[in-house]
Amino acid sequence: MPNFYDEMYSTTATVRPHYAAFAEWLAQQPPQLIEQKRAEAELNFQRVGITFAVYGDNAGKERLIPFDIIPRVIDGAEWTRLQAGLVQRVTALNRFLHDVYHDQDILKAGIIPREQVLNNAQYRPAMQGVKVPSDIYANIAGIDIVRAGEGEFYVLEDNLRVPSGVSYMLENRKMMMRLFPDLFARNRVAPVEHYPDLLLDNLRSAAPQGVDDPTVVVLTPGMYNSAYFEHAFLSQQMGVALVQGQDLYVRDDTVYMRSTRGPQRVDVIYRRIDDDYLDPRAFRPESTLGVPGLLDAVRAGRVGLANAIGTGVADDKSIYPFVPDMIEFYLGEKPILNNVPTWQCRKKDDLQYTLANLANLVVKEVHGAGGYGMLIGPASTQDEIDAFRERLLARPEGYIAQPTLSLSTCPTFVESGIAPRHIDLRPFVLSGKTVTMVPGGLTRVALREGSLVVNSSQGGGTKDTWILES
Amino acid sequence: MLSRTADHLYWMARYTERAENTARMLDVRVQYSLMPQSALAEEQGWRTMLGVSELQSQFDAKYSALTQKEVIDFMVRDPDNPSSIASCLRAARENARAVRGSLTTEVWETKNTTWLTLQQHLKSRILEQNPGKFLEWVKYRSHMSRGVTLGTMFQDEAFNFIRLGTFLERADNTARILHVKFKFLDSDVIQTDEQVEFYYLAALLRSVSAFETYRKVYRDAITPTRVAELLMLQPKMPRSLVACMCAVVANLQEVRNDLSQDTERLAEQLYHKLQSSQIDDILDEGLHAFMTKFLAQIAEIGNGIGRDFLLPVAPEVEEVAETQTQTQTQTQTQTQTG
Repeated sequence: MPNFYDEMYSTTATVRPHYAAFAEWLAQQPPQLIEQKRAEAELNFQRVGITFAVYGDNAGKERLIPFDIIPRVIDGAEWTRLQAGLVQRVTALNRFLHDVYHDQDILKAGIIPREQVLNNAQYRPAMQGVKVPSDIYANIAGIDIVRAGEGEFYVLEDNLRVPSGVSYMLENRKMMMRLFPDLFARNRVAPVEHYPDLLLDNLRSAAPQGVDDPTVVVLTPGMYNSAYFEHAFLSQQMGVALVQGQDLYVRDDTVYMRSTRGPQRVDVIYRRIDDDYLDPRAFRPESTLGVPGLLDAVRAGRVGLANAIGTGVADDKSIYPFVPDMIEFYLGEKPILNNVPTWQCRKKDDLQYTLANLANLVVKEVHGAGGYGMLIGPASTQDEIDAFRERLLARPEGYIAQPTLSLSTCPTFVESGIAPRHIDLRPFVLSGKTVTMVPGGLTRVALREGSLVVNSSQGGGTKDTWILES
Repeated sequence: MLSRTADHLYWMARYTERAENTARMLDVRVQYSLMPQSALAEEQGWRTMLGVSELQSQFDAKYSALTQKEVIDFMVRDPDNPSSIASCLRAARENARAVRGSLTTEVWETKNTTWLTLQQHLKSRILEQNPGKFLEWVKYRSHMSRGVTLGTMFQDEAFNFIRLGTFLERADNTARILHVKFKFLDSDVIQTDEQVEFYYLAALLRSVSAFETYRKVYRDAITPTRVAELLMLQPKMPRSLVACMCAVVANLQEVRNDLSQDTERLAEQLYHKLQSSQIDDILDEGLHAFMTKFLAQIAEIGNGIGRDFLLPVAPEVEEVAETQTQTQTQTQTQTQTG
């Protein structure tokens, strides 16, 4: 096994400086107190109903996402660099989206193969030439970052469609402050609680021109969606209505909601529904989640959507390898955050390399999400690898391959006590007239020993994320 | 406010109140069953209760015997009975969850905790060992829910729709509790003597928390006429029909819109009738007839609220029609099972 970078310990016995205060505190806590606090946390999450719905076998069941009380701590200087990298990356991604839906300079310059973009299922021709507020497409981005070593961060994935998880970032902080107020007296932890205010400002700035006091709503697929808690939470925190498709209708390219006092105009929709389901007239006709005519309202500039339709073309795994080039093309800067080296199986040479090294690589579906449909070579049996090889050969253009990163670990409570478990980080980046974010993000942890899959749908947990102010 | 939000709030309140009233109605019977009586009389008592809740046929389809155990099972835990306490608390919680953003954290957590704790109760043996204690718990959680609503909710439209649901449901339920009692006493099977009569009326008064109040107001023997008067016409009695209708009228005024005139008028007429009636007039008219008519009018007001506020208000678009049917079906089912 490779040696993993641990967030808390530099060697088995040495605590990193930014974890010192926490380690000292932890050593003073009697084990039964910690146990009691963990039980209390679980009870509280249950009572507050911070649950997510599970699809498939246990459809309709609500589950808690396991919460670990050992925080993931990042020191201030490191965060400053991460933040600069995030701003840079998301700015370039938004420039790319605007370009793709307008002049397509980057395609003309031959930086990205034309067909890679225009034949992509996530590219929405209907958005070609459509003006969106502030030219921003991905108002809310969740960028998945992993650390492989000292100062060595990689972007694993850009989530530019409907990234979720921010409510857990906020609830985890609330929970930690409730359970361990004394910890916050010992550490200068940067606050994240103002995220809903930043989000509301951002959404209001996405209003159509000429609307001074925009009505903002959150559009949810409904209470059986896995992220329903978050939709309800954010709408409540922002003080805006939580609507479903059936609550809205479009008339004369204008969106209205059905209220107890009659129709009320809606100016900005923070939609938590995928493009495909947004407008049955424009996309999947069988969708009952969306609003017929919504696309027309967008095209007419009568309503702001966050995120815009068609952002998927920039966070697709087949486009991912080009993000560093985008940064150089649009901003003339060197990328601050690394991309994971990626072999694109649609290319003959890359496919050959991938097939020859399946046991060492992570192979992902280009359009996959949630940690499904992927192969983690080193963690798979020969049978699994062989089965995957068949699928890969049948449709090579549907896959990319990456080296298995040695994700950093963080001490985590597990059955046997405290043990290192792999983690990632999803900061949430808000783009409008400026690019802003709260210091922190959602840290997800793979609770199974050795596992690299942090997705909550596959047994991942979460931790509070602390950015220490210096 | 969003029509769908209003719909969830209104039904959340109705189900919360219904759970409490189912508990109250069961409590009367459980207390009364402690009285010495024939098996036939006991069965008749339970049967009357099911009849007034319009659940008789549903019960018969599922259970062969009619004893306390079966009825309690049916009225407390049966998921197929939409009026069972478990169904009501579940529906209250589901409706709350659908609009948790429109509730204060405390209101949501109260509904959610009630539902979570109910799961534990249903797994325990409390229902067999001490049904009274369980019913007490249901009432207590309802008090809690109401207190948290009154103590924390901003008193805007959301609050008004919650209150509308609460009082309309309570009016319906108080009427039914009285209805059971008078049907029961009227029935041929049972020859009531004074003592039985006393215990029954006392249990009924206790079930609506009105025993002490009765003593205070009348300072006299407990008679059916006065019990009816207290629970129907006494405006200071929080569960009386007139008090409920007063609150329905007031909350309807707060949420008034272009469509709601007829519903408001209907509620006002009913309220004024109760306000101006004497108990003797009602008894002359026949309590049974009065109650039947009252329940029908309550249902009509409920339908009116559904039509005027809770259905998506929008110009004629195809998809509206679709949503309307859904909501109407819901309303009808609820009215039938109310």
